Amino acid sequence: MSSQPLLEFRALTFERDDWPLFSDLCGELKAGEILQISGPNGCGKTTLLHILATIQAPTTGSLHWQGRDISRCRQEYLAAMTFVGHQTGLKLSLTPRENLRWLSQLQPLSRCSSGEALARIGLAGFEDVPSYTLSAGQLRRAALATLCMTEAKLWLLDEPLTALDVEGIADLEALLLEHVAKGGAVVLSSHQPLVNRAVRTLALDAMAEAAH
Amino acid sequence: MTSLSGAFFAVIQRDLAIAMRHRGDLLNPLFFFLIVVTLVPLGISPEPARLAAIAPGMIWISALLATLLALDNLFQADFDDGSLVQLMLSPQPLWLLVLAKIIAHWLVTGLPVVLFSPLLGLMLSLPQAGFLPLLLGLVLGTAMFSLMGAVGAALTVALHKGSVLLSLLVMPLYVPVLIFGTSAVQRAVDGMNYGGVMAMLAAVTAFSLLLAPFAAAGALKVGING
Repeated sequence: MSSQPLLEFRALTFERDDWPLFSDLCGELKAGEILQISGPNGCGKTTLLHILATIQAPTTGSLHWQGRDISRCRQEYLAAMTFVGHQTGLKLSLTPRENLRWLSQLQPLSRCSSGEALARIGLAGFEDVPSYTLSAGQLRRAALATLCMTEAKLWLLDEPLTALDVEGIADLEALLLEHVAKGGAVVLSSHQPLVNRAVRTLALDAMAEAAH
Repeated sequence: MTSLSGAFFAVIQRDLAIAMRHRGDLLNPLFFFLIVVTLVPLGISPEPARLAAIAPGMIWISALLATLLALDNLFQADFDDGSLVQLMLSPQPLWLLVLAKIIAHWLVTGLPVVLFSPLLGLMLSLPQAGFLPLLLGLVLGTAMFSLMGAVGAALTVALHKGSVLLSLLVMPLYVPVLIFGTSAVQRAVDGMNYGGVMAMLAAVTAFSLLLAPFAAAGALKVGING
């Protein structure tokens, strides 16, 4: 496996209302790695994931995808990255299948059909019911079904365990392990320890305390 | 890989499907439009001559306000549930997806207003000569309302309670369209040539079509970032 990191971030600083949320954050992610961002509420986990997903821009600092500055290869990066946010991105009035079909027209989600993905994530039988009839955990599963379909190398998951039951967490862990075994990489934010294997942790709390 | 046209039509199709499942929201601007124009004869005077004099302005103003009413929802719902972020993370060009959303928005809000305007013209005793310029003008005008409105909606999407600001932002842009639109109908009713005014209206809409998708896409990026 090549030693070049897939994703690298250098000296990331983010200020909100002139108050540094985090500063001088450096790190890298190689193929086959899972990076867990941890820290108390409000320490900037979601903001960091948004920055990594290029949804928000950092105040200073830069992101590099396979050694190149992301501002120069954003299209390529977007095609190689998938982001599942804290908000599921599902329309409640559409069915899970319709939601996934829409998304698969926008993003490279062609590893399997939406039906297969929903079955794999434990939503067989719920493909064609309106999403507003699903529970919070089922909605989370429907959002995570994109992970079964995506061809992206890098997964950015914001609080993927929210509302999931024990079985759902096990399903997600299996997906993550399968993905990194194939040379993918994952950045996720979570409060709970996840996956029984070496997961690197980036603790934002230490920095928040230093700032206070 | 995803295709450009596939993504474009998927966005239109999805927004139309959502609109069909929220019929209340769909009909709200149209009802507003119908109710305002229906109330005019009751509130002002049922005298045909008087109604005919204010008909072009009345129909245009209600069409403008009806569009404004629905504008808030163009990006807001998608922003709230996180699907706007997924749209923006598509490798497809954002301006194209934004254009698709604008087209779907026009089909749902602008087109019904256009289709019902002849009926309202009848109710307000608009002279025969005014119908064609009214219909033509409203097609162009409501399209412009949706296009330029999208820029304002994109700018205010991340501000909670941005709807007042949105109205203030887009209203000055709508005023020229209102002036050209009503004067085209008025000129036709007075037996004058309205080609020049209609051409101006068409030019404004064409300019918006060129500019608005890019401006709205840029505004979304800025808006989300804030």
